Amino acid sequence: MKFGVIVFPGSNCDRDVAYVTRELLGSSTRMVWHQDTDISDLDVIIVPGGFSYGDYLRCGAIARFSNVMNSILDHGKQGKWVLGICNGFQILTEVGLLPGALVRNRDLHFICDRVPLKIERTDLPWTRHYTPQQVITLPIAHGEGRYYADPDTLKQLEDQQQILFRYCSATGAVNDSSNPNGSLNNIAGIVNSSGNVLGMMPHPERASDPILQATDGMALFQGLLDGVLVG
Amino acid sequence: MSCSPQEIAAEGIKAQEYAEIVQRLGRHPNKAELGMFGVMWSEHCCYKNSRPLLKQFPTTGKYVLVGPGENAGVVDVGDGLRLAFKIESHNHPSAIEPFQGAATGVGGILRDIFTMGARPIAVLNSLRFGTLDNARTRRIFHGVVEGISNYGNCVGVPTVGGEVYFDRAYSGNPLVNAMALGLMETEEIVKSGASGEGNPVLYVGSTTGRDGLGGASFASAELTDESERDRPAVQVGDPFLEKSLIEACLEAFKTGAVVAAQDMGAAGITCSTSEMAANGGVGIELDLDKIPVRESGMIPYEYLLSESQERMLFVAAKGREQELIDIFKRWELEAVVAGKVITEPLVRIFHQGEIAAEIPATALADNTPIYPRETPSEPPEYAQKAWEWSVGSLPPCTKDGILIQGNQRNWSDIVLQLLDSPSLASKQWVYRQYDHQVQNNTVILPGGADAAVIRLRPQEGSHTTQRGVAATTDCNSRYVYLNPYEGAKAAVAEAARNLSCVGAEPLAITNNLNFGSPEKPVGYWQLANACAGIAAACEALETPVTGGNVSLYNETLDAEGTPQAIYPTPVIGMVGKVEDVTQVCGQGWQNEGDLIYLLGENRATLGGSEYLAVVHDVVAGKPPVVDFNLERSVQMACRGGIQQGWVNSAHDCAEGGLAVALAECCLGGQRGAKIQLENGELRWDEALFGEAASRILVSISPAKQGEWEAYLQEQLGENWTKLGQVQGEMLEIVTGEESPVLVATMKALVEPWEGAILRRLSGS
Repeated sequence: MKFGVIVFPGSNCDRDVAYVTRELLGSSTRMVWHQDTDISDLDVIIVPGGFSYGDYLRCGAIARFSNVMNSILDHGKQGKWVLGICNGFQILTEVGLLPGALVRNRDLHFICDRVPLKIERTDLPWTRHYTPQQVITLPIAHGEGRYYADPDTLKQLEDQQQILFRYCSATGAVNDSSNPNGSLNNIAGIVNSSGNVLGMMPHPERASDPILQATDGMALFQGLLDGVLVG
Repeated sequence: MSCSPQEIAAEGIKAQEYAEIVQRLGRHPNKAELGMFGVMWSEHCCYKNSRPLLKQFPTTGKYVLVGPGENAGVVDVGDGLRLAFKIESHNHPSAIEPFQGAATGVGGILRDIFTMGARPIAVLNSLRFGTLDNARTRRIFHGVVEGISNYGNCVGVPTVGGEVYFDRAYSGNPLVNAMALGLMETEEIVKSGASGEGNPVLYVGSTTGRDGLGGASFASAELTDESERDRPAVQVGDPFLEKSLIEACLEAFKTGAVVAAQDMGAAGITCSTSEMAANGGVGIELDLDKIPVRESGMIPYEYLLSESQERMLFVAAKGREQELIDIFKRWELEAVVAGKVITEPLVRIFHQGEIAAEIPATALADNTPIYPRETPSEPPEYAQKAWEWSVGSLPPCTKDGILIQGNQRNWSDIVLQLLDSPSLASKQWVYRQYDHQVQNNTVILPGGADAAVIRLRPQEGSHTTQRGVAATTDCNSRYVYLNPYEGAKAAVAEAARNLSCVGAEPLAITNNLNFGSPEKPVGYWQLANACAGIAAACEALETPVTGGNVSLYNETLDAEGTPQAIYPTPVIGMVGKVEDVTQVCGQGWQNEGDLIYLLGENRATLGGSEYLAVVHDVVAGKPPVVDFNLERSVQMACRGGIQQGWVNSAHDCAEGGLAVALAECCLGGQRGAKIQLENGELRWDEALFGEAASRILVSISPAKQGEWEAYLQEQLGENWTKLGQVQGEMLEIVTGEESPVLVATMKALVEPWEGAILRRLSGS
């Protein structure tokens, strides 16, 4: 099982993700420069957080035209694993691997916090180590994390159970007051219809190291590893 | 041809300084040269007023690897790990253009760190604004926080701590001081001294434009109603470019092909060429036609004084320049050979084939004017008058409260009023906008403890370590205003105490001296005494000064032209060593039933206190005096208790005194406390809200009571008190036989404390 972490010039969570997969999980991990095109040796592609090319125009708007992006599209279309975290999620929606878009937060401020999330589905490798409806806590850090999609797309996401993570209260209530950024339907993370591409605004890699006393994100990486090995 | 008096004055040069320039050059300077002298001889660059005072700071010690004079200080944090750190101000730009002013302040301090070969790992900000009832202050506050957020978040360095104060003294002239920490990645610390005749000089990073022209001179003058016109003197930042520059520079340094490096900060090309030449005892030739530009038609004056951001100057080893250029091109940055090192100790600038400027490097960077001044022997009138204040002038009070202007107030009411004061209230509205977790090393989140704690995790090699670093910025400027010597001592002591409260051993400081005009007797008296206080405290607490920044002329002229100086504000940025990041301590109560102790003497004064200022609207009295022996033993007892695993929480007793500190521990741990307090000789307001140095509140498990108290007796003699225990859902202070003094539910405490800032931003 080999991880590849995409490095745009403005990526800033690339090392954090690699630290988790390489040092904490002991998995083979390769950094992939944005101008590279050959990623055929990789099983899981992670598009990390950051500001890809500065994101002055719109998050991920330039990244979609990068050299590596065509290879990632192919990788995803072949049913292989792609995980976009934060800016990575924004890029995956820009490039069309995931539906919808991420827009400015409801209160227009950047938000860095730890928030409760409800696990909506556990039959995919991403979430197999969580229990259904479990409430976990993950860090968020974004200015443009408000999930938006048109009503038809939203309905489709709900009908096909493509929503993996929803913002909720500490007791699991999904409502406006437990929605930090105004995302539609409290959406924090979604998969494509075949489940191999996941995009999420929260940062599981920031909640994986026992020394930092927050480990709710580790099960996601672990589940992927175990799930893929078994499946 | 001689420059006109108007031209000379426009560069901020005084008549006698102009005469000195002519004498040194043996001729009159041209316009470009005059501009170069103007910025390099500004206080911001050459410390002409403060240098004699800075000399008294202790600057060496067993942990200090690099002291003042380089881009940043470097200390040894054990296991071969080396930490670079520095603080810098961006006060005047932030007053005029808050967003860019603050953003480029962060960018500038980060460059100081990575220029040394260190990867930036944390930023702290020390911010001071006017009061939030003023619309302009609200705009500045919004802009500064957003600027820091925008730059820091994008560049991927966590903003982990600092301080925010609000006081009328800063209405026209906010203070924006940014401190950065970095972990050395190169084997050799990269220095700024150029060397090697014929070695190429590389210009790298962003392009040069007309932005930020003369920012250093602008920063060294009083702000007036007309300062808005100086807006072009404020630089514009590009954090994305800076992120690439960090990576490219660190990569370049690791090749070993870089001989010296210098950030282009204040005074851009002028400052970097002259400092690199002067530090290396050589000269530099630079051709402006080679410099990548973002606009056309610039004249030498503009090239030389531009403060365009995200630029650096390198001296490369001859023959290896292409290797470096390739690295920068890969990161899509500019990199060109623009000059070379020469033996004559000159800065020689070419433009369109002709010499545009030629000045001895030391005349610009080293052998600059110094103005030693006499410190007035008598304290100024304002201070003498303030010292006359005595607590007897307050209305009488009892354990039940105090009658203020016809209103009977109880102490619960007063503590809630203090928690609602924005300087004491929760700063969540601010730090929630900063990415404080990127890089995955943040051990203590903002608001969780008296200092930030970051794990030290080198990016390369299989270096496993539990080591960390703690950092804080501190200054109670009201104390410094009332007594600059004692107030500055208190700032250093508080910084060290805050580090000790998380279990860290204080190592060294960087300081940011924000003062008014030194040309006025009061301003110089404040500056001189504060420097003496810092020197004494750093000596006594063994925390040498490794560098810093001086920001003078922090005054605003009101419409009548009367100068209003800020409170003298020597901000202390201190770093400490954490042996094991899994053994640090926060400020909130941890467990129901834990016993609460006060380390230090149970005495306090209302002189200069937050209570006096907020509740009685009086700024007067003598602020607390630090006794270094007591300070050291209290800090050592606290650190020892944390290392032993006895101490579950620790919190410095600062603004607002014992009652506010207790409330903060309750808020931090979301648990109440029951406290038994006797006022003894003190008035009740002194006992509850009086302030003193060397006091720390800690909580420990009841199972450890015996050994803990024996330890305290041994470490502190009589200087500790058992106050009560963590319990329930309210803060309850009683005296004698269960007689209540102050009672507040957790809900009542949370409301004013959490909402104080947001309410003032949205309410009016």
